[in-house]
Amino acid sequence: MTMTEDPATTQAPEKEVGKARLRKEDARLITGKTTWTDNMVLPGMLHLAVVRCPVAHAKITNIDVSAAQQSPNVLAVFTGRDFKEEQGSIPCAWPVTPDMVNPGHPSVAVDEVNHVGEAVAVIVARSKAAAQDAVELVDVDYDPLPVVLDMEQAVASGAELCHDHIESNESFRFVFDAGEVGTGQNTDEAFANAEVVVSRRFVQQRLIPAFMEPRATVVQPQGDNYTMWSSTQVPHILRLMLAMITGTPEHKLRVIAPDVGGGFGGKLQVTPEEVITLLVAKRMGKPVKWTETRSESLMSAHHGRDQIQYIDIASDREGSVKGLKVHILSDMGAYLRLVSPGIPVLGAFMYPAIYKFPAYRFDCQGVFTNKTPTDAYRGAGRPEATFAIERIMDELAVELGMDPLELRRKNWIKAEEFPFTTVAGLEYDSGDYDTATQQALELVGYDELREEQRRRRESGDPVQLGIGFSTFTEMCGLAPSRVLGSLSYGAGGWEHASIRMLPTGKVEVVTGSTPHGQGHETAWSQLVADSLGVPFEDVEVLHGDTAISTRGMDTYGSRSLVVGGAAVMNAADKVIAKARTVAAHLLEASEDDLEFTGGSFSVRGTPGTGLTIQEIALATWSSHNFPEGVEPSIDADATFDPVNFSFPHGTHICAMEVDTETGMVKIRKYACVDDVGK
Amino acid sequence: MTQINVRVDGASYSDDVEPRTLLVHYLREQLGKVGTVVGCDTSNCGACTVHLDGEAVKSCTVFAVQADGSEVTTIEGISSNGTLHPMQKAFHEMHGLQCGFCTPGMIMASIDLVKDNPNPSEDEVREGIEGNLCRCTGYQNIVRAVQQAAAEMSGGSAADNGQVSPAAVDTAAAPHVAVQS
Repeated sequence: MTMTEDPATTQAPEKEVGKARLRKEDARLITGKTTWTDNMVLPGMLHLAVVRCPVAHAKITNIDVSAAQQSPNVLAVFTGRDFKEEQGSIPCAWPVTPDMVNPGHPSVAVDEVNHVGEAVAVIVARSKAAAQDAVELVDVDYDPLPVVLDMEQAVASGAELCHDHIESNESFRFVFDAGEVGTGQNTDEAFANAEVVVSRRFVQQRLIPAFMEPRATVVQPQGDNYTMWSSTQVPHILRLMLAMITGTPEHKLRVIAPDVGGGFGGKLQVTPEEVITLLVAKRMGKPVKWTETRSESLMSAHHGRDQIQYIDIASDREGSVKGLKVHILSDMGAYLRLVSPGIPVLGAFMYPAIYKFPAYRFDCQGVFTNKTPTDAYRGAGRPEATFAIERIMDELAVELGMDPLELRRKNWIKAEEFPFTTVAGLEYDSGDYDTATQQALELVGYDELREEQRRRRESGDPVQLGIGFSTFTEMCGLAPSRVLGSLSYGAGGWEHASIRMLPTGKVEVVTGSTPHGQGHETAWSQLVADSLGVPFEDVEVLHGDTAISTRGMDTYGSRSLVVGGAAVMNAADKVIAKARTVAAHLLEASEDDLEFTGGSFSVRGTPGTGLTIQEIALATWSSHNFPEGVEPSIDADATFDPVNFSFPHGTHICAMEVDTETGMVKIRKYACVDDVGK
Repeated sequence: MTQINVRVDGASYSDDVEPRTLLVHYLREQLGKVGTVVGCDTSNCGACTVHLDGEAVKSCTVFAVQADGSEVTTIEGISSNGTLHPMQKAFHEMHGLQCGFCTPGMIMASIDLVKDNPNPSEDEVREGIEGNLCRCTGYQNIVRAVQQAAAEMSGGSAADNGQVSPAAVDTAAAPHVAVQS
């Protein structure tokens, strides 16, 4: 702005947030100039290959590594016995009940293997090819044991055991009873008095997260310091856990997540292979790299979902719901990994969804089977709950002969009822399910579709039309630390950020959340550009390196922008507060008389006379003319701990054609309206 | 060991390779061309796609010795003097990537697609790049990117053949892209 402009025509600078910016990340990704972990090459680097077991459950009676050891360019072969004293157990940070059974999870199996793909030996060689060749030469003798695959059989009496040393295949039983907790009525009474009860069994299939970039880990030893690069979503958590289980002091360990090619929850883990690579680097005193093949990934990276859900819903004949009972069997696989038991437990709070249930009971059994362990995957426990509640609402609508939308509308929380505490004890801050749903109905052309459906039914058209609904809400922005504590989760839910004002006016933003495709660098730049009034291009976002981003809780659970973004905003506020003191000194004015707009401090009523925050950064660096007793820095740190979750909502409507003669189905129309807040 | 002579991204190389060495491993490990990545090592995902004598190939399914005497182009060789190839530019402008791991292969496969079909319809793009998997984007913006690049590569005339101009379709999704009226 210049003084010659007519004040009436000057406009506030355009806000960055809300602008469709081209992504900063892209420049390196579209040109092949990026830093995937597997790209790392270090002097003298050795390569690992893992020998994996081909059976689901067996005793290891002998491992003959002699031929592998003599294979060309092989420097060492290690088995579980070699690492027995130092490998500890892959950690489980979420003991959901005090009596949860954790069988222990060695990174390299010692005496017993419990799922296909488990590591039984490790080859160290000068090249990856040499290591792979030697894998074929390791001779392992297995004495097969009974295999447990089916969860319902696994928890039946007299079942075979998934592990040699456990008493039953049940790891834990987590119960939330709203009647006992005091957030609802007695569930048994509600069901005893109900006019209608509908019971169903649903199956959540097991699946594989299947990130595009295979996992890879490089460890470089330097004296007693170790730097690990890993394709992980959680470098901060990984560093802490590796320190705890391998005894490597935390301050001697630096973990870097460079560019990471997708995660979807699948890289929210502390993996056996990360432990193995660290241990081998310690033994060999050389940089070591492990990169998995896709086949290895499918067998050994954790899987997702895999639940059997038994759902009972109670209602009166008019469709007012009276109670909900949820019993689930959740397949842990053969071992507990980082947050395996917590995944179904997150669902405990989501089954009542957007509906007003007076009574609710949730009962979850975590079950061991001889399969790959399960853990976080997209939504992690919450989408499973959404699926079950929406299916049972449809089943109830059929039972009552009611329109499925009418049934939902009758029972969901009304806009004027917020804030609303659900029967599961969560306080939903806001929502307007009617408005979002109305928009979805208009988008999809609901009335016309129902009319067409009626016509097709009456005429006996071989192609029939089906219309499906789903609403949802999710507890997002994980998470208030005190809530995590009450659920026995091992860590807090805060996020950290720091802002460094460089002498040239450029800004470094350090975030504790760790992107793997989300675009933090672009979005965080927009936040800071707005807060500090600096150009978008002048902001650099740093992340994923524990030596640079010293505190962080990483990226998962729909938390990065909600929690990490808030931390960045708080840090920016602190920078402005510090800069205000400096500006007042330099402008010879009182702090109270200064206003900060568009990145510039000026004395109120005298626009154009001010100092930009970027100029203040330079003045702070030189400190030649600085206020007495003030430290020469306007950098700031902030840690944000959310007071509640956020509760986005959506309504999805799908119209589907079904050819009743061939069974062919085709999506005719799909409309969704997601309410993400302001 | 077998000696091969190969031109990669405009430079000539002469190397000894094991006969079993895959082209992708030769590119990454011997030449340091790490822009080309390995996603599945089974020809499923297409992340390793490069051009061999102008044709897209999955370099995890080609032996390095098969490239002897050939011209290989990778993602690192398609921009010139700092100017992005139209396909790179379109992936950027249409938000055709998130984590970006599939992107080098997507771009190389799409350039080959547009070479054979300068004005592909949405269905033709989807079919043309079905050998390349993306886990983040849902392909919507990748298809838009390929169509935008096709329009630019053929002189911006995508609307002339009765199809919807990709730029017109994309205004809502990508308001930062200037639409020619």
